[in-house]
Amino acid sequence: MTALAQGDEKTMLAGAANRMQVLNLSVYYGAFRALADIDLDVLEHRITAIIGPSGCGKSTLLRALNRLNDLIPNARVTGQVMLDGQDLYAPGVDVVDVRRQVGMVFQRANPFPKSIYDNVAYGPRLYGLHGKRELDTIVERSLGQAALWDEVKDLLPKSALALSGGQQQRLCIARALAVEPEVILMDEPASALDPIATLKIEDLMRQLIREYTIVVVTHNMQQAARVSDYTAFLLMDETRAGKLIEYGPSRELFTNPKDKRTEDYITGRFG
Amino acid sequence: MTVRARMARQPEWRRRVGRIVGHGDRPFSALIVMATLAVLAIVATIGYELWRNSALARAAYGWPFLWTTTWDPVFQRFGALPFILGTLQTSLLALLLAVPVSLGIAIFLSELAPAWLRAPLGFLVELLAAVPSVIYGLWGLYVLIPTIVQPTATILNRGLGFLPLFTGPVYGPSRLAASLILAIMITPTISAVSRDVFRAIPQSQREASLALGATQWETIWRVLIPYGLSGILGAVILGLGRALGETMAVTMVIGNNLDLTPSLLHPGYTMASIIVNEFTEATYDLYLHALVEIGLILFVLTLLLNLLARLLVWSVARRVPQEVRA
Amino acid sequence: MSVAVHARSRRRYQLRRVTNAVMLGLTGLATVVAVLPLLWIVAYVSREGGRFLSLDFFTRLPTPVGVPGGGVSNAIVGSAILVGLACLFAIPPGILAAIYAAAHPNTPLGVALRFGTDVLSGVPSIVIGIFAYTVVVLPQRHFSALAGGVALAVIMLPIIVRTTEEMLKLVPVNLREASLSLGAPEWKTTLRVVLPAALDGVITGVMLGIARVAGEAAPLMLTAFGNPVLSVDITEPIAALPHTIFVYAIAPYKDWHDKAWTTALVLIALVLALNVAARLLVGWRRRRLGG
Repeated sequence: MTALAQGDEKTMLAGAANRMQVLNLSVYYGAFRALADIDLDVLEHRITAIIGPSGCGKSTLLRALNRLNDLIPNARVTGQVMLDGQDLYAPGVDVVDVRRQVGMVFQRANPFPKSIYDNVAYGPRLYGLHGKRELDTIVERSLGQAALWDEVKDLLPKSALALSGGQQQRLCIARALAVEPEVILMDEPASALDPIATLKIEDLMRQLIREYTIVVVTHNMQQAARVSDYTAFLLMDETRAGKLIEYGPSRELFTNPKDKRTEDYITGRFG
Repeated sequence: MTVRARMARQPEWRRRVGRIVGHGDRPFSALIVMATLAVLAIVATIGYELWRNSALARAAYGWPFLWTTTWDPVFQRFGALPFILGTLQTSLLALLLAVPVSLGIAIFLSELAPAWLRAPLGFLVELLAAVPSVIYGLWGLYVLIPTIVQPTATILNRGLGFLPLFTGPVYGPSRLAASLILAIMITPTISAVSRDVFRAIPQSQREASLALGATQWETIWRVLIPYGLSGILGAVILGLGRALGETMAVTMVIGNNLDLTPSLLHPGYTMASIIVNEFTEATYDLYLHALVEIGLILFVLTLLLNLLARLLVWSVARRVPQEVRA
Repeated sequence: MSVAVHARSRRRYQLRRVTNAVMLGLTGLATVVAVLPLLWIVAYVSREGGRFLSLDFFTRLPTPVGVPGGGVSNAIVGSAILVGLACLFAIPPGILAAIYAAAHPNTPLGVALRFGTDVLSGVPSIVIGIFAYTVVVLPQRHFSALAGGVALAVIMLPIIVRTTEEMLKLVPVNLREASLSLGAPEWKTTLRVVLPAALDGVITGVMLGIARVAGEAAPLMLTAFGNPVLSVDITEPIAALPHTIFVYAIAPYKDWHDKAWTTALVLIALVLALNVAARLLVGWRRRRLGG
């Protein structure tokens, strides 16, 4: 565990508000049920990790939280996903607004083929912020929050594609931060990066939760144990639907799991 | 001003309007759907206008239009047979000449040529298709005919003149000239599609044949060509479609003559040529409608051939198992 | 027995090897034979056309028969106007339709569009000329640049739709997801992220479309009809480079034949330059995205 994470232990179980609630969520692709009856809480200013073997539906669950699953034809959802008490899947809900409030960072960094500045400014410009001073402030603040400002402050007009993989990923984080989401979803954000870049991302995540709430999917158990406050363990059942096996504070889940299947997974007996 | 602050300050009516129009998605969707419908409408309108503007001729002649041989604007008797025959004769001969060459190119570029040679050579072959038809006609008329067509025609006439195909007299502009120019013009089409067909054939087929001790040519001839045959056939049909509709180059070298002799060395006439030659001279409606009807025939023919070709080319691609040669 | 078999096999084996070499050599020969006309045409047009090429050729109007000099400024301007009209009519709807096709490939409308563009790209250009005649020239009762522009636009349309659709599909899906997850609506994502990422591919399609319609003469014979004077009025007949070549080439006057070659040089230079530029653009783009 990093030093930062150890220090936060004190605040870990202090009363944190429930930002998002997943209630009895099932996701279907056509007739195939990919996720079955998931119940989950996402607490404010905490990192919630979702772990499990490949194919168990971790990414599907994550993408259900910002309705990115809507992009897949034949995708259907039953159950509820509440953000601050409002069901995201209620009829008449504005998907576009949902996605601003619940941001996402992807497994492979996907900066736009534009300048570093324009990547970060893309979101604010969508919302009508065009003044140079305003945008400059937002860009600097977001890049600062993503621990990237010092490295790129003189390179803002350069193409984002010229950055290294780790820098591009932090740029994508800055880009997501620029629209001030309520919750940030991260889909295996460091899996394509080398160990040093990975550590930088993990440190960044611990710093970000002072202002934000994070849900992270990871196949790397050590990472989940290092970085997260709460962990959810998913497993496929006989019908290949993903089910939530165990959910709880990370420290307990990893040292004293309640379910035998959780124990088998984290001790490497399968997966 | 931050994004959150900006969103918080948004008046409720703006938020509601935004939701209704899907933040602009709904009007934009309508726009692109309209554009798509417009494209489809154009296709339908072409067919419709051809049909409508040939009504007089269709009513006057019916199906016999297709096999009537007289084309006499002065006495108002119209029949399309000379042009249909001329088109078919020149296009089929062009195919006969172009297919072996095109296949050879496709084989060479996809199986034999070293990687560094493939792109530039392939590009040169494609450039053949970029030369405007009217320039092919100009070159055909003043260069190809005197230097190649006429000597060849003379030799053919002297040697094989007893055959109805090669009876004299030997002219410059002739169906032979048209066929030759057409062959050059459709080669890039046939070879490009055939190359794609060969590229889609799995590498494992080649390896299986070579591993049995077959030579490369034997592999190509006995394995690859049969495997890709429907696709190659599709390529040939696409070439035929192009040849049928070729106008300027053919008009400039074919001589524009209505005689019905079968001889290749004689000038001829094609459907496209009669349209381009007489359309602006059509002084009365029946004349115009007869010409439009010829256009309609061309439209239907190329439509059917195009469809057939696409089906054939698709069928090779669909047969391919998971692994495809890069 | 085995030696005899072996010997006979060896002869057969030699035959197979020779056949192989001959046939493969023939394919190489076929390629050379095919490329020869291209080189021949370019060389001949350059030589014949270059003889009377001068600045005047670009700036002067055609002179009457027998009078030396003059140029094809009317045709150059005419071609520019016709190509401009074609772009104006074909590019906006073409790109919009391609956006639809790329986003909804499996809907009935998407399939119909692919089918429709296939059909459209196979229609002979003379037939498209007839179409433009019936919808523009007949109602207006005269030939016009507008009619020519419509005909060329219909020829250009399937090229634009197909190239743009292919280029849009090549844009990685995670760029689109990144934009959507920032709260951008679909249309802004398409216009601000996907289309710009595909832009040089789309430009390549436009260049190839222009190269194609700049060389078309057949439909213009029935629509734009040609004009001996320089005109920029789109409701009037207008000259064009390929049309001028045709008129000069089949005329019975030797000096007009010379002018045909020179005009052909101008046209072929334009068309080949566009094709080469388009190819280079594709190569540049591939290198840029790889880096």
